[in-house]
Amino acid sequence: MWIRFANRFRRLSAALTCAFLALTASAQSNLLNVSYDVARDFYKDYNPLFQKHWKAQTGETIELRQSHAGSSKQVRAVADGLEADVVTMNQASDVDFLAEKGLVARDYAKRFPTNASPYTSTMVFIVRQGNPKALKDWPDVVKPGVQVILPHPKNTGNGRYTYLAAWGYALKQPGGSERTAQDFVSRLLKNAPLFAAGGRDATTTFMQRKIGDVLISFESEAELIAREFGKGEFEVVYPSWSILTEFPVAIVDKVVDKKGTRKQAQAYLDFLWSPAGQENAAQNYLRPRDTALLKKYAQQFPPIRTFTVDDTFGGWARAFPTHFKDGGTFDQIYQLK
Amino acid sequence: MPSTRSHPARVLPGFSLSLGCALVYLSLLVLLPLSGLGFKASHLSFYEFWEMATGERALASYRITFGASLLAALINAVFGLIVAWVLVRYSFPGKRLIDALVDLPFALPTAVAGITLATLYSSNGWIGRYAESFGVKVAFTPLGIVVALTFIGLPFVVRTLQPVIEDIEPEVEEAAASLGASRLQTFVRVVFPGLFPALLTGFTLAFSRSIGEYGSVIFIAGNMPLISEITPLLIISKLEQYDVVGATALAVVMLLISFALLLAVNTLQWWAANRHHGNTRPSTGGKP
Repeated sequence: MWIRFANRFRRLSAALTCAFLALTASAQSNLLNVSYDVARDFYKDYNPLFQKHWKAQTGETIELRQSHAGSSKQVRAVADGLEADVVTMNQASDVDFLAEKGLVARDYAKRFPTNASPYTSTMVFIVRQGNPKALKDWPDVVKPGVQVILPHPKNTGNGRYTYLAAWGYALKQPGGSERTAQDFVSRLLKNAPLFAAGGRDATTTFMQRKIGDVLISFESEAELIAREFGKGEFEVVYPSWSILTEFPVAIVDKVVDKKGTRKQAQAYLDFLWSPAGQENAAQNYLRPRDTALLKKYAQQFPPIRTFTVDDTFGGWARAFPTHFKDGGTFDQIYQLK
Repeated sequence: MPSTRSHPARVLPGFSLSLGCALVYLSLLVLLPLSGLGFKASHLSFYEFWEMATGERALASYRITFGASLLAALINAVFGLIVAWVLVRYSFPGKRLIDALVDLPFALPTAVAGITLATLYSSNGWIGRYAESFGVKVAFTPLGIVVALTFIGLPFVVRTLQPVIEDIEPEVEEAAASLGASRLQTFVRVVFPGLFPALLTGFTLAFSRSIGEYGSVIFIAGNMPLISEITPLLIISKLEQYDVVGATALAVVMLLISFALLLAVNTLQWWAANRHHGNTRPSTGGKP
C-alpha cells in the first residue's frame, strides 16, 4: 500500500513539474487585469482585439488574464498582494485606495486621456412598459407612492452613483442647496422598499420579481436587461440631469516594475482609447469618449445633461466621506427618520 | 483493524503525536486568524471600540442577527426533530430522496439559496403571493431573514439527531407502554431525555451557523438600516469604506456574544447529559 502511494506521489509530482515548466515557458509576457464585476463582457471582447493588435505590432504573443468581482474587494486583493498589472475599475475611490497604498501613481488620472476613463455611462430610469406611473424626471420618482428599486447606496458602487445623481439633480435646481438635496434624497430613499445586494440583484428584483415602479441603474445595464428579458418588458427614461459615471484604469507600478511588463501594460490600456477599443465600448453600451463615434451611435446614446463627481462633489476623495462613510449624509438620513 | 475499548493501555499508539497534530492544526486554522482579529481590533482605544460596537445601527443589527438566528434555530429544533424521527422510524416510498434533500442546504451555494428564496417569497412569488393575501410580507422584511436562516440550519439539526434516534431501540418505547405510560409520558419521560443533548447540539450548530450567515440573507433581507440589516452586512459595509479596524470591532463583538451563548448552551448540554445519566442508570434497576 505504501509503495502504491509512493508511486502515485511520484507520478503526481512529475505531472506538477511538467505543468510548472509549461507555465513558466509560456509566461514570457502575460498581464493580469483586475476589474470590477460587470466588465466581464467588455474585456471578453476587448482582450482578443488587443492580442491581435499586439501580435501585429510586436510579433509577441501576450497572455491576458482577467479577474472580476466587486470592485472594492478587488482593490483590497491587489493591496494585499494579488499581482495585477493593471486595474480597470468603476469608481475612482477604488483606484485612490491603491494610490494611497503606493501601488499606483497618485496622478493616475492624468496618465491617460479623459481622466483615465476610456468610456463612461450614466444613471437612467428603467420603468415598466408604457410607463404607467408617467415617471419622466427625478421629482416624479420621489413622489409618495412610487416604489424605487436601487442597490444599497452605502455598500455598492451602483447605489452610490444613484444617490449622487439624485443629490446632484436637487443641487442643480433653482434654490438648490445641500439641505434641499439631502431632503430630496431622503424622499427618494423613503420610496425604496428594499436595498438590493448589488446591481444585478436590483435588476432581478425589478424585472423578475416585478417589484417596484422604477429601477435606477447604469445605461449599459438597460441593454443587458433587453438582451435577457426582451425589449417589450420595459422602457428607458432619461432624466433631465444625471451623473456621468467614469471607469478609471491604472497601471499598478509596483507590479509592472517587478514583472517587467510596463510596456505591455501601457499599450494594453492605451489601446482602450484607440478606434477599435472605443468601438468595442460602444458595442457594449458604454459611451465612448470619441465624439465622432458617439455621434455614430447616437440612437443608442441619446444626449443627456450630466455632471461629474469631480465638478459637483469635489471628487470621490471628498464625496465618499461626506456621503457614504459612517456618520455621512446617508447615515444622517436614517437617524433623522 | 479491530477496535477494542480497553482503558488502561491504548491500542493505537502516538498520543503525543496526535495531540501535537491536533494543536498545530487548530492553531493554524482557528487560533491564528482569530488572534489576528484581536490584534487588528487592538488598534482601537477602548472608547473608540465601544463607540463602534454600540452605535444605533450596530445594536439594531445585533438584535436582528441574534434574534432571527435564535428563532430560526428554534423552528429547526422542532421541525428538524420531526423530520429526523420520520426518516429514522418509518419507511415509505421516496424516503431516500427526502433524506438526500435534507443535505441540500449544505450543498447549495448560499447566494443561490438567497436569490431563490427571495423570488419564492416576494410579493409576486409562488409562496409570497399567498402570504401577502394574509397580510404577511416575507421577502425583504426581518421575517425573510428568519426564512433564509431556517433553510440554512435545517440539516444541522436533522443530521445530529438521526444517529441518536437510530440508537434508541423501539423496544424501549414498547416497554414504557407496557408498563402503563401514556404516549405523552413515553415521549416526555423516555424518548426526549435521550434526544435532548443531541437536539441541543443540533440547535447550537444551526444557531451559530446562522449568526455568521451572509450570502443567503442579503438577497432576501431588504437591507434597510435599523430594520433588516444583519451584522455581517455592516461588517461588509465597513470593509467597503476600507475601514478594516471598524469591521474587526464588529466581528469581535459578534464573536464574544456567540462565544458566551455557545458556552451557555454547552453548559446546559453537559448538565442535561449528566442529569440524564444520573437518572436513568439507577432507575432502570430501581423501577418496580
